Amino acid sequence: MSLKNFNWKKYTNYLVVGGVMLIFGLLSLVGVSDASITSLLERISIAAILAVSLSMVVGFLGELSLGHAGFMCVGAYLGGKVAALLEPSLGNGPLNFFIALLVGSLAAALFGVIVGLPALRLRGDYLAIVTLAFGEIVRSVVMNLPAKLFGGTLGLSTPRMDKKYLFIMGFLLLLACLAVTQNLIKSKHGRAIISIRDNEIAARATGIDVTKYKLFVFTISSFFAGVAGVLYSFSMYTVQSANFDYNYSIEILVMVVLGGMGSINGSLIAAALITFLNIQLQTMLTGDLAVLQNLFYAVILILIVIYRNAPGLKGFREKYNMRTISEKLFKKKKTVVENADAGEEEATNE
Amino acid sequence: MNFIAAIINGLSSGGTYAIIALGYTMVYGIAKMLNFAHGDIIMMGGYAMYIALSLAGHPILALVAGIVFCVLLGVAIERYAYKPLRGAAPLAVLITAIGMSYLLQSLAQIIFGSAPKMLVKLQVPGFFMIGSLRVDYSTLITLIVTVVVMTALTVFIKKSKPGRAMVAVSEDRDAALLMGINTNAIIAITFAIGSALAAVAGYLMLMKAPSLSNTLGAMPGIKAFTAAVIGGIGSIPGAMVGGILLGVVESFSYSIPALAPFTEAVEFSILIVVLLVKPSGILGKMRREKV
Repeated sequence: MSLKNFNWKKYTNYLVVGGVMLIFGLLSLVGVSDASITSLLERISIAAILAVSLSMVVGFLGELSLGHAGFMCVGAYLGGKVAALLEPSLGNGPLNFFIALLVGSLAAALFGVIVGLPALRLRGDYLAIVTLAFGEIVRSVVMNLPAKLFGGTLGLSTPRMDKKYLFIMGFLLLLACLAVTQNLIKSKHGRAIISIRDNEIAARATGIDVTKYKLFVFTISSFFAGVAGVLYSFSMYTVQSANFDYNYSIEILVMVVLGGMGSINGSLIAAALITFLNIQLQTMLTGDLAVLQNLFYAVILILIVIYRNAPGLKGFREKYNMRTISEKLFKKKKTVVENADAGEEEATNE
Repeated sequence: MNFIAAIINGLSSGGTYAIIALGYTMVYGIAKMLNFAHGDIIMMGGYAMYIALSLAGHPILALVAGIVFCVLLGVAIERYAYKPLRGAAPLAVLITAIGMSYLLQSLAQIIFGSAPKMLVKLQVPGFFMIGSLRVDYSTLITLIVTVVVMTALTVFIKKSKPGRAMVAVSEDRDAALLMGINTNAIIAITFAIGSALAAVAGYLMLMKAPSLSNTLGAMPGIKAFTAAVIGGIGSIPGAMVGGILLGVVESFSYSIPALAPFTEAVEFSILIVVLLVKPSGILGKMRREKV
């Protein structure tokens, strides 16, 4: 393929993510960027991996998972535990990170299979129920296991990777996640997955193994949740199970819904935006006011879903969506410009 | 003796779960949606009771205030959040319900603060002995209320006109509409009954443990929901059986020291086992898919 025919549009998101990584990587090598920026980037990369992987399940498969934070918790605890065990012999460098990554993400994927198997055979909202229950089980089990194993209520202390470079790992993993997701969606299998979302009975009638595909997507999604968990455990000194509660799963869901279900780039943008907003709001809203943030997310979630899905608003949506509005504006500008040109011509003629 | 005590406690907490589960299962049967906000309606009812108690100071008035407020809230949520989405993709309705649950929780925290409120006036002190077995009055009241609620609901569904209309709507909404049933009104009535039951369950919960916070309904909501699925979602006797089963299992798990910290995990594992063995639940019927 020559460069001329190369479709750059398809790869914009890789370029943007890679570009951000390179720019800030160079800045932090030179020593210009400060700790607040690198930790923001770490958190953005974690949130983006979570959002993109959840978007696979919610946006493309059409199933609802309410336990994404639970899979992240599995990754964070198991990966963090392995890392803590290996730290004396391997240090907290990349090698330890990759071993922990492998263990954490594969464990999360395994739990994905265990949870998905009973729920995804069935039609209906069973995945939402089972994942919700799973999130609660993981949290309570980890908290109540003997403190020697996972640190109990105090949390598990994990090695902290060098702040300067962890976000580069995060962005590399985000690129990997994007590559897997986008190539999967564009492939033959991706079309099968989307057909399941649009009409399960029709998909089954055309010979698609619905359960197999559902389980496949859900497992990949929980795998990446595990990846995000390991990243998280390396970005913190202690991993606390209380952080992986139901609210966190909902926050990831808000990212996916806000970004537009079925849009990977939307999830990316929403993840970055919400993470940034969270950090800004954390310093502004303290005490009971911190809940205003949750209220805000809840209202956004409800309004967006009703706006985009309500059958009664169909006419309104078609009249006032971004595309038609921008088209109108564009057309208007064009005509205005044409008129202006004509006017000028007339003026010169005179 | 411990065994019998565990059963009695289990029946009592299971009764509360069953009453909450009835709300989930009725709404699911008729509107074909999981009302994630149901648990939070319990919590809002609790706050209504708190206000009524501080104004009037009588538990029965508080119960009435709680029921009235929950019914209004439930019907309003149905009208403004779920009704616009009737006919939309199930996922959209589900996400709206989750958003609504989240909204109610954060609203309650903003209005009432995160410090728990103590509704001591709702407590029923005292106990009586059967042989060497100690039974709290609150446990007895819960059992009686559970039996009364279940009987009343069964009679209502089987004998009354709106009850039978509800059965018709849950069987086939379009056919019910053709038979002259006002389906929108029936769905609203279902939400009203479910929310009233939520208020009753909230009262029973606060009677045993009077601490009220904005997450009061979250965990019991999830558990009752699990109970509804275990019993067979959409089936009213199923919700009763599932709720009581879950309560008894919970109580036994609490009474075994090694299992006690993992009680929640045990309860949710039952759900996974039931979904593996009999996905339609204990009393649920598997519906054939039609194009």
